Amino acid sequence: MELINLAVKSIFIENIVLAYFLGMCSFLALSKKVETASGLGLAVVFVLGITCPLNWFVYTFLLKPTALAWTGIPALASMDLSFLTFICFIAIIASAVQLVEMVLDKYFPPLYNSLGIFLPLITVNCSILGGSLFMVERQYTLVESTVYGFSTGFGFFLAIVALSAIRKKIRYSHIPDGLKGLGMTFILTGLMAIGFLCFSGISL
Amino acid sequence: MAKTKEIILDPLSDNNPITIQILGICSALAVTVKMETAAVMAIALTVVLTLSNVAMSLLRTVTPGRIRMIVEMSVIASLVIVADQFLRAYLFDISRQLSVFVGLIITNCIVMGRAEAFALQNPPLPSLLDGIGNGLGYSAVLLTVASIREILGSGSWFGLQVLPASYQGNGLALLAPGAFIIIGLIIWAQRTIIHKYEED
Repeated sequence: MELINLAVKSIFIENIVLAYFLGMCSFLALSKKVETASGLGLAVVFVLGITCPLNWFVYTFLLKPTALAWTGIPALASMDLSFLTFICFIAIIASAVQLVEMVLDKYFPPLYNSLGIFLPLITVNCSILGGSLFMVERQYTLVESTVYGFSTGFGFFLAIVALSAIRKKIRYSHIPDGLKGLGMTFILTGLMAIGFLCFSGISL
Repeated sequence: MAKTKEIILDPLSDNNPITIQILGICSALAVTVKMETAAVMAIALTVVLTLSNVAMSLLRTVTPGRIRMIVEMSVIASLVIVADQFLRAYLFDISRQLSVFVGLIITNCIVMGRAEAFALQNPPLPSLLDGIGNGLGYSAVLLTVASIREILGSGSWFGLQVLPASYQGNGLALLAPGAFIIIGLIIWAQRTIIHKYEED
């Protein structure tokens, strides 16, 4: 039950794009077509779902204060390596993306082809690193961080597909010149965010 | 000399990283509820961007093309760690409020984008100026958005009361949608003034 609450919370109430503004760059740049948007969305679900638990392991067993106690060496046990968090997380994300890419290429070629260029791009998508950092900040357990990773990714998927559908609809509308493109997209996102605010009334 | 001036002034308006190049938007929105956090974030980003530009420009002749992404990532990540530790040591409260967003400077597209687009082709001095210029362009947008949001939302500026105390704060400006809409309007205004339109 707790886990379902967490999933609903991270998909709707605390949507990573619309409430925390993470992954904005690719969200704006790749939402022109529904197909590319859903491709990117899927890739994000995939990678977030994998990197969150992976980073949980690294943080719990290597980085956090007294994490090295399992080695049994007193000099290591008292060490606090948490200042290395950023660099470790980004390295893990980059290698996880690479790994996911190779596995998909070998075993699921159709999925690999449909994700295409989006997989490597995801390394620099802030929602991935943000997801891992939030997981540390909120002290999730392993199961929680897996659920959190997948549902956050799904929230991103939902938002980007919805935005691309709206952008497709308004393609032939008369928009003031200066507002065309990025400006209008921002205002649309703002309106979507107001829509998503309604979910914050749900008490879990 | 004219070129130097151009490198610094261009990103302020005509080629602004946020409103024209569409880079680094995540943090522009998230930290702009208050002037204080926005200012700290702007300074942190400008410093990291300038230093990473200089470092990448110095390394540009010795870095093989194939591993340049990894080199960029490690340079940026190390600089961000320094910035984060510095904030934690001297400005703990603000570092708390910025929460994960200091760390997210690593994936802020401005830093990576400028390293790729400018520092890898240019000597250290112009790269330094490019870093400062883009940092200032980013700061300008950040501070404008933060001013509007803080004044509309809580009637204050840098924590000082500027509107009469009877002013009822506009909650929407403090929430996420307000940020999106305000930045949309700023982009509209700016593009209309400098006549730089985008074909959709």
